[in-house]
Amino acid sequence: MTKISGSKALLESLERQNVTTIFGILGGAILPVYDALCGNDKIRHILARHEQCAAHEAEGYARASGRVGVCLATSGPGATNLVTGIANAYMDSSPIVALTGQVPSSGVNTSYMIGRDAFQEADIIGITTPITKYNFQPRTVAEIPTIVNTAFYIASTGRPGPVLIDLPKNVQSDMGEVTVTDKIEASGYKSMVEIDLTKISEAASLLAEAESPLILSGGGVIISNASDEVMQMSDLLMAPVSTTFMGKGSFPEVHPLSVGSIGMHGNPAANRLLCEADVLLAVGTRFSDRATANLDTFASNAKKIHVDIDEAEIGKNIEVDVPIVGDAKAVLKMLLAALNDKLHKSEGNAWAKRVKEAKEQLSPLLKDRPRDIVPKALLIELRRLLPENAIVTTEVGQNQMWSALYFQALKPRSFISSGGLGTMGFGFPASIGAKVACPNRPVLDIAGDGSFIMSEQELACSVTEKIPVTVIVLNNSVLGMVAQWQRMLYKGRYMAVHLGKTPDFVKLAEAYGAQGLRVTSMEEFQKAVKEALNSTVTTVIDVPIGSEQDVVPFVPPGCGLPQQRGDY
Amino acid sequence: MEAGKTKIISVLVENKPGVLYGVSNLFRRRNFNIESITVGPSVRKDVARMTITVNEDEKTIIQVVKQVAKLVDVLKVDELESGHFVMRELALIKVQSPTPKERSDIINCVDVFRGRIIDVSIDSLMVEITGTPDKIDAFLNMMKATGVIELARTGITALGRGAKSIRIDE
Repeated sequence: MTKISGSKALLESLERQNVTTIFGILGGAILPVYDALCGNDKIRHILARHEQCAAHEAEGYARASGRVGVCLATSGPGATNLVTGIANAYMDSSPIVALTGQVPSSGVNTSYMIGRDAFQEADIIGITTPITKYNFQPRTVAEIPTIVNTAFYIASTGRPGPVLIDLPKNVQSDMGEVTVTDKIEASGYKSMVEIDLTKISEAASLLAEAESPLILSGGGVIISNASDEVMQMSDLLMAPVSTTFMGKGSFPEVHPLSVGSIGMHGNPAANRLLCEADVLLAVGTRFSDRATANLDTFASNAKKIHVDIDEAEIGKNIEVDVPIVGDAKAVLKMLLAALNDKLHKSEGNAWAKRVKEAKEQLSPLLKDRPRDIVPKALLIELRRLLPENAIVTTEVGQNQMWSALYFQALKPRSFISSGGLGTMGFGFPASIGAKVACPNRPVLDIAGDGSFIMSEQELACSVTEKIPVTVIVLNNSVLGMVAQWQRMLYKGRYMAVHLGKTPDFVKLAEAYGAQGLRVTSMEEFQKAVKEALNSTVTTVIDVPIGSEQDVVPFVPPGCGLPQQRGDY
Repeated sequence: MEAGKTKIISVLVENKPGVLYGVSNLFRRRNFNIESITVGPSVRKDVARMTITVNEDEKTIIQVVKQVAKLVDVLKVDELESGHFVMRELALIKVQSPTPKERSDIINCVDVFRGRIIDVSIDSLMVEITGTPDKIDAFLNMMKATGVIELARTGITALGRGAKSIRIDE
């Protein structure tokens, strides 16, 4: 057997996992891996301009494609800069594998070794233990193939999530005998459980007898590729479908039975109908506080069926009547089969009428094409301007909640946002990752000026690497969401929310070699979006909006969904 | 320690570095209180057994067990069923014994508690005592008057009785 270096073993193992793209930034302790990447024509390395963005790019790639995203960084600050991106992927159950360099685990210079506080040493294993599904630190070259296989397996199966492999520098450069293998070693890891048939039958009975059932479709539906089954279930039961924020796109929001997202900034029809439902079928959701608001009034008239692949999510936040642990698609298929025998519903039932009425009353669509250049109108117009297959990411804050309320997502994996961690600066790098995964689809980031500034340096990455995306900056010169909270909940005592001199985003884009456009009317906005879609270079569209606009409707903290304030 | 509320969780884990950190860190991060944690090898060399004592309500315990079960290095985890397990703790207690009278009082007391004197010096004795935490507490209470110089307790270790076992087949 011939000996190869640890870095070579790493790249060969990544190739076996069909990795074609790595987002990363190099540094001293990862140089052997970069040396091996030099001349490798199977894996494209995309140079991010900040490690946090490399992780977000990997996540954007993963969420748009359903494949594992890979990011790479050096030891110490390179590794710690990945942390926010890893935590984001953990909260949103996104499959990424993070590779980090580490100072040597052994060698001749014993002062430059793990545990001696060497230059650029950080305990990234310790730091990421609570925000990864698992992490590894190989100590020999021979371990690398099995570790890589296992990392990809753990990241992508069950409830997906991030996995980190920390590579001591000596292990990267050492020569060792390596066996090509598909071996996976994770004896305590269970990705699948057997679905409890008695629970399926209990759930089917509840649903068959329901007079006003509602389906809550979460991010798990997207991950499990179960949108078709949700659609069939909705058709069969004539049940309205609400999504969680993470589930946005799992059910087409133009469908007559779509009632939009529930939650703190949920669609009023969704929040109201949830209170009226007698049976709730919640699939692939963890009942986050932003979705449920106060638990005492959450779907309080409904018997609750909770389907999730992560058993620990059952009963964690809310008590349910029928828990079903399992993959969303598999469970829904079984439920559909069980229901088909029991159920024949007519289309004209009272609940379907009520859903239509609630939507018309509470969430009316704009009848005329909007003229005013306000977020609601812009986002409704944006949907009209984009092809069905467009992918939209968002930043975090008002831009995100306006998008949740008014931008209709049509397909799974086409709306990508930082749901759990709420990471400002996520959307732009995520859009770059999504564009790499889906180069033939338009990708747009709906941004605020505050968030975009947090990762604008990735303009250099998108221009240099020829990854054209569009950033729509809803520019209000203020950290809008916290300003809104200060306005509504802290008597308008503004503190540290005004951004003062924000950059001229047109010039900023141009400084990086991107295209910058400023729009001050709906006509200009339409023109700019069309221009951006045809552009071969990244486009930043600066849209100045008023600085005192609130995102409403809004459920104040501590209140329940029925206490939603403000009109849609 | 409120005996009624104390629950014992037995966890079989991969016997490798970082596993104790992973488990204990999970408790901290999820806001579960650990009263004691003991770790040692199990029947299988590559598997270690952790015994974790937790003072939480039943709902929280269920969540603890589910969260621990998710850890990749955890092979098996369950709560020991109330009334169907045996638990023991070991304590080493160094007590003052400046006079022969005190010394003989202590020795008598150690006999009653079925402990052992394992080290003697001019003015102190070291006692080894094994039993339930309550028994050790009671013995310590008896020693208060004489004065305890140093105390080391292992924390609880426990096993299910008879067929009530948490084990991994060879």
